Amino acid sequence: MGSRTHDSVITARGLGRRFGGRVAVSDVTLSLEQGDTLALFGPNGAGKTTLLRMLAGLLRPTSGTGMVAGVELPGGAELRAAIGYISHASMLYAALSARENVELTARLFGVRNARAAAMRALERMELADRAETPVRQLSRGMQQRVSIARATVHDPRVVLLDEPFTGLDDSGSAALGAHLAALRAAGTTMVLVTHQIAEGLALATHAAIMRAGTLVRLEAGETIDPATYLTVYREHVTHGA
Amino acid sequence: MAPNTLSAALLIARKDLAIEFRTRTAFFSAAVFALLGIVIFYFAWDPTAVAPMDLAPGVLWGIFTFSGLLGLQRSFGIEQADRAIDALLGAPISRESIYLGKAIANLVFVAAVQVIAIPAVQLFYGVPLLEHAAVLALIALLSAIGLVAVGTLFSAMAVNTKLAEMLLPVLSLPFFVPIVIPAAQATARLLAGRPAAESVGWLKLLLAFDIVFVVACTLAFPFTIEE
Repeated sequence: MGSRTHDSVITARGLGRRFGGRVAVSDVTLSLEQGDTLALFGPNGAGKTTLLRMLAGLLRPTSGTGMVAGVELPGGAELRAAIGYISHASMLYAALSARENVELTARLFGVRNARAAAMRALERMELADRAETPVRQLSRGMQQRVSIARATVHDPRVVLLDEPFTGLDDSGSAALGAHLAALRAAGTTMVLVTHQIAEGLALATHAAIMRAGTLVRLEAGETIDPATYLTVYREHVTHGA
Repeated sequence: MAPNTLSAALLIARKDLAIEFRTRTAFFSAAVFALLGIVIFYFAWDPTAVAPMDLAPGVLWGIFTFSGLLGLQRSFGIEQADRAIDALLGAPISRESIYLGKAIANLVFVAAVQVIAIPAVQLFYGVPLLEHAAVLALIALLSAIGLVAVGTLFSAMAVNTKLAEMLLPVLSLPFFVPIVIPAAQATARLLAGRPAAESVGWLKLLLAFDIVFVVACTLAFPFTIEE
């Protein structure tokens, strides 16, 4: 997987990021094609969010090169137009309604008929009946669904998710998993950062473990054994295997 | 196709004003602060020692400066909650449009506080501010543009620090001085019934600072939010 470039939607070669003297991400090399989903696991502080923010064009790499949706990192407006970014923070305005939040994003991305597009995105998340409810009155699970509607209203080629299962109950996690599976089936390339091994592997075509800023294990779906992956993960994280 | 800089700025300004209209927290805080400030100055004032014409311009522009900071503080604060700023930064719009959108919303905010404070100063100090409404509105607009241009930039810089509430005034106030001096001087001449030509120089100075601050702050803004 590390050497693929043909039709790659996401590629990274030796990608790294320093904050002053501290190395947050070092020498990350990977490649994902259209429809691939990479589940990225690792302990807190491993550099997962930093890697994701670099791929999203929100953070400038300090070493290596990368390309997302045909645009070289750190990219600009063209790169950002191809990406939907979801994190454990909702990135929503609590005082605005669900529809207003999604519609604002649609307008900022230049989506035609922004209001209708926002309603369609909310319908996909089964939230059409709560469209005019202020976000602060929605449950955490509903807010996360609005956040996904916001991040996907412009039909991005790439969706980057940073711990989207955080704070969700079992039914919320299951619903989110189903929505992400639908995105993958539609051909969206995704990178999913999560601590939930089972949920991550259920969606993944590829899995990776990150520790201390580097990818210590990276494999394609057919070689992943969900039954033993938790053990493999613990070995890599705890013992540095 | 993503909106151009001005269209995106107007979208962001409209969003900020919608949030403020629904919560009204910053506006009410600023308006009450302005009115209380005017009252406190009134009771501390010795009318036998200082004529109201001499005192009113200083009170007016001092009050605008400090009450405006309350709104500026909130400008990027609403973006930090739930990291909404990442949604703006992830959109295919120019960084400058985010700054301009914030600045336009802040300008409306400061202007709204001025609309309340100016009649209050006339009421308490008995100075004929509203008789010169057109010229005073011009002075108020020019000074608000300068205050907002600088304050919006420093709000963005301060919001990520632990001492944001203290840092914003410390950074902003020195840059507010070149705005407040010509505004107060032009207002004083207006109230004293001096010829309009005497105020023109101060207004030109105000306009010059506005242009410098708006251009410099718009260009500097992308560097304050890049990680």
